This record gives sequence, structure tokens and C-alpha cells, in this order.
Amino acid sequence: MAAKARIKLPESAKIGEIIEVKALISHVMETGNRKDGQGNPIARNIIHTFTATFAGNPVFSAEFGSGISANPFIAFFMTVPGPGEFELTWIDDQGVKTVERAPLKVG
Amino acid sequence: MRLIDRREFLLAGGATAAAAVVAGVPLSFAEDDAGGRSLQFAWAFRNVVGEAVPEEAQVTLDLPEIAENGNTVPYKIEVESPMTEADHVKKLHLLSTANPQAAVATFHFTPQSGKAAVAGRMRLAKTQDVVAVAETSGGKFLMGKRNVKVVIGGCGNE
Repeated sequence: MAAKARIKLPESAKIGEIIEVKALISHVMETGNRKDGQGNPIARNIIHTFTATFAGNPVFSAEFGSGISANPFIAFFMTVPGPGEFELTWIDDQGVKTVERAPLKVG
Repeated sequence: MRLIDRREFLLAGGATAAAAVVAGVPLSFAEDDAGGRSLQFAWAFRNVVGEAVPEEAQVTLDLPEIAENGNTVPYKIEVESPMTEADHVKKLHLLSTANPQAAVATFHFTPQSGKAAVAGRMRLAKTQDVVAVAETSGGKFLMGKRNVKVVIGGCGNE
């Protein structure tokens, strides 16, 4: 199941400006600590890796543990090098990879 | 009888592996261990800093003083850094001192990040200290911590 992801960027940015990038994805982030009604453990299924590139260059990445809330939200920063596109990738324990792209208007 | 400091204690050599792990946690922690810091945390902390003793500076954690719902506690962490090629924050580790899993997240920055800052939402099983440890490009460790009182615990381990 490909999860739904959203990226929020400023309307436009100037070269050299530090901008904030906000990203949200819907995901259960099952911790692996819980048990079902029959007392059987529920397997962990979390997004363990998040990466962000801009114009093909790595900007920010993160490894998540089970202590990250469901529907993970992440905000990070970038110095604008010029025009380009963000590519954000989320990978979960079941190998589901979600990729979302967003162009940045530089003017 | 005189009191020995941590370093002497470690050098004493008689320490078992487990004791060394606990000793690896700065004294300010050991003192409030009544606050329920887990061995999990001691391991995770040791895993991050190794033998180093991080300086408690430049790392600001912004978390609510009281979290009504431990399932989703907003955090904001910022590390003071010029974020240049020569001097920047490479990694930032977010650790919980009382969750079932202590390592909550690790964030990787580049000079392109501009600012060593991050925000998100975390789970807190109960009232505890949240700890952030930054690793600079020069191999220096910096840290900050903040206590959060949790009304209803998260982590789904109940």
C-alpha cells in the first residue's frame, strides 16, 4: 500500500535563503510492542528511513525508530542553491517505498 | 576514603561491561537515575558517544512541559552551528530515557541544510527526560535534555 505523502514549501525562495521544508505521510508506525486480541505480538511496521534530495544532491535524511508517532511529520531546512526539485523518499519495514517530488520556485 | 570520579572509575579496570555502560552516562544523569532512566537508554547513549563525554551546550530542545497525549508529542531541536563545510553538525540523535526503545531517531545534515534544526512528533511512554546528542564534523559531541511530564503514555505497550 503506497502511503499518501505531502510536501509543503514556501511559495517562492531566493538563492542563499534558508527555507523550511515540511513533509507529512500517513503511516501506522506500528511499534512492535503491541499484542492483538489473542495475545499474539503485532509485527513492527514503521517507516525506518527518510531521505531528502534537492536537484539530485542530498540535503537531509533521517532514521526513525518506533518512538516516532504515527503519520510521521518532519520539518527540516535547506539553503537554496538555485532552482530545482525536491525528492523525498520514505521506506517502511515491509519495503514499501513512497517517493514524492516538489519543485521549488526560485525568483 | 575519598570519592573517585568517573574517569578513575573507568580506568580502575575492574568495572564490568554493564557498569561501564552506566558509567558512560554523564554524572548529571546518574544522579537523577531515580527518574527511571532505562538501561536501554544507557546502551543507546553509549552507542552514540562511545567514550566521549558530550558538552551540555548549543543544543536546544523545544518540547511541551506537560504532554496530555504521549502518542504524539511535538518536538523541535536546534543546534547552534555555522553549518559550513569546515564546521557543521553531521548527526543529531534523539533519545528517550524511558521508552521501550531508546533510540527515537537519527537526523543527518549536510552544509546544504543551512541550519541544524528539525521538528516532528514523538511517542513518550511516560514522564521522562528527552535527550538530544549532536555530532559535529570535527567529531565533537554536544547535548541537550528536557523533561516532559506525560499524562497518558504512548508507545502502544500497555
